[in-house]
Amino acid sequence: MKGQIIVETEDLTKKYGSRTAVDHLNIKIEEGEVFGFLGPNGAGKTTTLLMFLGLTEPTSGRAKVIGFDPTREPFKVKEKVGYLPENVGFYDDMDARQNLRYIAKLNRISGEVSEKRIDYWLEMVGLSEESTKKVGTFSKGMRQRLGIAEVLIKEPKLVFLDEPTIGLDPDGTNRMLDLIHSLSREKNITLFLSSHLLDQVQRICDRVGIMINGNLVAIGPIEELAKKKLGLDQQDYTLEEIYMKYFKEA
Amino acid sequence: MYGILTIFRKEMGDHFNSLRFLLISALIVMVGVIITSMVGMAIQEELKGMAKPSLIFLLLFTSTGKLFSFVQFIGFFGPLLGIFLGFDSINRERVSRTLSKLVSQPIFRDSIINAKFLSGVAIIAIILVATVLLISGLGIRLVGVVPGVEEVSRLVIYVVISLLYISFWLGISILFSVIFKSAATSALASLAIWIFFSFFVSLGASVLSDAVAPVTQTASGVDAEMLIRHERIQRLTSLVSPMTLYSEATTTILDPMRKTTRTLILMGPLERFSMSRFQSPLPLLESIFIVIPHLISIVAITLLCFGICYLVFMRQEIRTV
Repeated sequence: MKGQIIVETEDLTKKYGSRTAVDHLNIKIEEGEVFGFLGPNGAGKTTTLLMFLGLTEPTSGRAKVIGFDPTREPFKVKEKVGYLPENVGFYDDMDARQNLRYIAKLNRISGEVSEKRIDYWLEMVGLSEESTKKVGTFSKGMRQRLGIAEVLIKEPKLVFLDEPTIGLDPDGTNRMLDLIHSLSREKNITLFLSSHLLDQVQRICDRVGIMINGNLVAIGPIEELAKKKLGLDQQDYTLEEIYMKYFKEA
Repeated sequence: MYGILTIFRKEMGDHFNSLRFLLISALIVMVGVIITSMVGMAIQEELKGMAKPSLIFLLLFTSTGKLFSFVQFIGFFGPLLGIFLGFDSINRERVSRTLSKLVSQPIFRDSIINAKFLSGVAIIAIILVATVLLISGLGIRLVGVVPGVEEVSRLVIYVVISLLYISFWLGISILFSVIFKSAATSALASLAIWIFFSFFVSLGASVLSDAVAPVTQTASGVDAEMLIRHERIQRLTSLVSPMTLYSEATTTILDPMRKTTRTLILMGPLERFSMSRFQSPLPLLESIFIVIPHLISIVAITLLCFGICYLVFMRQEIRTV
């Protein structure tokens, strides 16, 4: 399942004026894994994601996403990489199906193929029955699920999720996490999850990276970090303890 | 190219479904019809029992009647039409958070702004052509004259100039919608530019010409050279405004009796009399030659405006929050 490197960065740096948002980031993500990208608000997580998609240019250093440089060939990257922004927006006066159809068309998917995929993903995220309702009437959880469907309609190899569960109720959160988990296991989609909801990350992620003030302070499987930081072997650690320890040190 | 087409189609759909489009086109059609029927009836009245002079058809558009002519109305309302269609085109997507989603699809970023601009231009073209056709139809009924080749070509040129001119305002408003995050701010900024050009430039022109070349009344009358300088400065300054460019171009094209774009011709009553005796309409080609510099200027400022807008948008970072 694993092996090929799908995201790789080399001293990736982004400066806004004198402030460094991302400082010499070196990271490697393997195909098929679920990677949790943690950090407090304003740590540079979203900026990193934007650089991965070629939506903003790095000040120095470079990144390689699915084998392409996002600054030089953003088109190739965007064809195969999905991005669910935090608090994703929709065209509220169109219904769920129309929203998906528009995005499918922008990805050059149309006709029968697109309708089939739309049906499939609406079913997967549990919105089949609401597919003809205007998105403006949707609840937060429904919007978030529709966002997932929209990202997956182009059948990406890699998906960046920015705070996918924020603002969802406990049941919605669980369903979302299950969905994400199954994507990775069944469809072999690499997931790059940025979040600060640590218990959720702990539940679904293979590896995590912790970013504080633009610096990647730790990266690795959760158990490994626990061993390193807390000196514990047993199961009774939480990601939160590890995170807080790093946070206080930084 | 594919991306442009998809976004263009969606934008057109949005325009057609929007109340805004309905209101604007209803207003333009309504005003057009009212003006034309008033003007048409007046022409009908005056022409009773007379042979119909040539190029009478264009009078439907240029004659002021009791209120204002259709051409004046478009000159005044056209910029507003452009502004209404564009002032929230980019920042609406920003506020509804769809912009960041859009730019992460495999389309070139410029196709978003190109498609938005083109769809606005298409809507303006539809409104203009429909209104001019409607007025022509009404005019044919009222005046009883079928327009000839020259009249039709003059009207076509008029529509093209108007389209370019309104597209300039569309470009301005899209530019502001890229720069300002709030739709209200960009609408107000576009309106401010409009007011500046329509009122203050002409005011500034007369102030400037008075300051540089004051016309003083001496015992021997007015110094002619000074008066000409005064007029020249005033004219040059007011050409800064796209409004002046547009109104000079359209009046020249639609009124073949006009031989120059200058408003003031220094002539004594005798000269005027002798000129009017030999007056005949200017051929179409000559009219075009006169307005070509104006036309090029309008195209240039439209492209400049869209170019700036394009540059700003391409360099902008798009985040969700």
